[in-house]
Amino acid sequence: MIDRVSNQKAWFMVLPVILLVAFNAIIPLMTVVNYSVQETFGNNVFFWEGMKWFEEVLRSERFHASLGRQVLFSFTILIIEVPLGILVALNMPRQGIGVSICLVLMALPLLIPWNVVGAMWNIFALPDIGLLGRAINGMGVEYNFTQNPVSAWLTVVAMDVWHWTSLVVLLSYAGLCAIPDPYYQAAKIDGAGRWQIFRHIELPKLKRVLTIAILLRFMDSFMIYTEPFVLTGGGPGNTTTFLSIDLVKIALGQFDLGPAAAMSLIYFLIVLLLCWVFYTLMMRSESNAS
Amino acid sequence: MAEITLKEIRHSYQSNATAPGDFVIRGVDITWREGGAYALLGPSGCGKTTLLNIISGLLRPTEGAVLFNGIDVTAQDPVTRDIAQIFQFPVIYDTMSVYGNLAFPLVNRGVAREEVDRRVKEVAGMLDLSEMLDQRAVGLTADNKQKISLGRGLVRSDVNVIMFDEPLTVIDPHLKWKLRSELKRLHQRVGFTMIYVTHDQTEALTFADEVVVMHDGDVVQVGTPKDLFDRPEHTFVGHFIGSPGMNLMPCQIVDGKPVVGRSVIPVNRSFADHEKCSGLVLGIRPECIQLDPEGFQVSITRIDDVGHYCIVRAEFEDQALQIFVKEGERIPSENLRIRFDRSSIQIYKDGWIVDGGTPR
Repeated sequence: MIDRVSNQKAWFMVLPVILLVAFNAIIPLMTVVNYSVQETFGNNVFFWEGMKWFEEVLRSERFHASLGRQVLFSFTILIIEVPLGILVALNMPRQGIGVSICLVLMALPLLIPWNVVGAMWNIFALPDIGLLGRAINGMGVEYNFTQNPVSAWLTVVAMDVWHWTSLVVLLSYAGLCAIPDPYYQAAKIDGAGRWQIFRHIELPKLKRVLTIAILLRFMDSFMIYTEPFVLTGGGPGNTTTFLSIDLVKIALGQFDLGPAAAMSLIYFLIVLLLCWVFYTLMMRSESNAS
Repeated sequence: MAEITLKEIRHSYQSNATAPGDFVIRGVDITWREGGAYALLGPSGCGKTTLLNIISGLLRPTEGAVLFNGIDVTAQDPVTRDIAQIFQFPVIYDTMSVYGNLAFPLVNRGVAREEVDRRVKEVAGMLDLSEMLDQRAVGLTADNKQKISLGRGLVRSDVNVIMFDEPLTVIDPHLKWKLRSELKRLHQRVGFTMIYVTHDQTEALTFADEVVVMHDGDVVQVGTPKDLFDRPEHTFVGHFIGSPGMNLMPCQIVDGKPVVGRSVIPVNRSFADHEKCSGLVLGIRPECIQLDPEGFQVSITRIDDVGHYCIVRAEFEDQALQIFVKEGERIPSENLRIRFDRSSIQIYKDGWIVDGGTPR
């Protein structure tokens, strides 16, 4: 037998990381867990409530409604942004000065802070003074995102598409550039058409980057807060109140810490669950493939 | 099938090429016989792949014409030319089964389903792929994938030429031999014109009936493997073919005989026409040098034992010389004396071979 020399000094090396993770993830999360099972009336007086808040949140119609809006929003933007992003990437130039121009143009929206995006679109879409709002109304289409739910939805979706399609474009473009020439040459020799090249060469080769793009866009859009908050404030009425906006209203507007904590944990688990489902589905088709 | 003629092909990847250095193909004139098995051999970067892409139509040459059976096809794309090409690494369609992959070129050309089925099964039989037809192509090994790429060329009964661009690069060494001999067998069976690009002389010499050697954008010699070995037309061919390559030593011609340093080398021809010429080089294969107690004295620098023979690295008249010595022959540690096989000596002027006359 070899005597194992145990050297516990290594733990000191990871201590900074442990501290960092503890202070910005574990301790806040545990605080939330703590709130979610208790009731407080201030002065640090707590009463044990068990699963009551969780039941209340899960049964509340308000939660169902904002969850529904949230799911609808995420799927809408995914359905628009992913195909649009691929389409743009396919049509981007592969060499010359055009590449740099396109890349800079594509990166621009990603560089703008979220609240600025919201503020920009707010002013841009205002029906009385905004360029977009006036233009649409000028064409005889009634449009007012502050009063009409359909207009508000369209504006929020358009804003997100404007802000984030670039991310899908850049990822897809990188993926497309990584496909070696012989694939295209072989397809040419085999007499494949444009659609077949896309379907049988480009799309399969883009699978990995698209998995990343969809996951990123899904998580981001599912947790979207700042932009719709600045643009519509969740209105008109509650029509653009997504989960995060609702959560902040409950926690900081009504100061219902218990229900808010329970809701944020449920919210967190939903995101985790959906990501796991997405990832497994996409990886399963990957492993079938290889 | 077709006879393929390249006429005065020059190609440059720059748009406004004028200097000779701008061209990667510098005036290639060559005819590929119908049904021939050719190898296009040359070091990396000599323009092999470019020339191949010009034949297949993936590239349009800057100057010159490509003729298939005498018809100018320079402006035609690969589909119209009806060629097949196999690339360095296997190109397969991940989304399809092996069957789908093999059927793809036929389906795209609107061939009837029964005919597609018949051709695919026939080709799968030839390539030993019959049992994998229903599998997804993605999961196969590299050599089977490469067979699929080849199969996509073979299914088309009308291909003019099948071209291979270093097709065994990613294949395991022990499978290379197998695939190469299968290729040779296939060629004999289907009789397509085949052009095989490689930088590996063993591959080229085993596959091809005729080898086209390229160097720096030029075709330097077209010949059978034996021609290339016995009578390299250019010092590059002499050096490139063979392992180690031909010994090349600067020489002069005096009285019709080559002189290296102060040694007069006996030959069976007269090179009197080239007396007083400069830029002459004497070439002799290491295999064509024998040990001879009466011969020229050389000094040994190193002996490499490579199994069935030794490669003796020596110095002769201050020139490096490599000599093949068969296993069993005793190599004296000093006073090694050698003789050059008279008929195997070649003389080159500015790189190109010169013919000798009858001795006076």
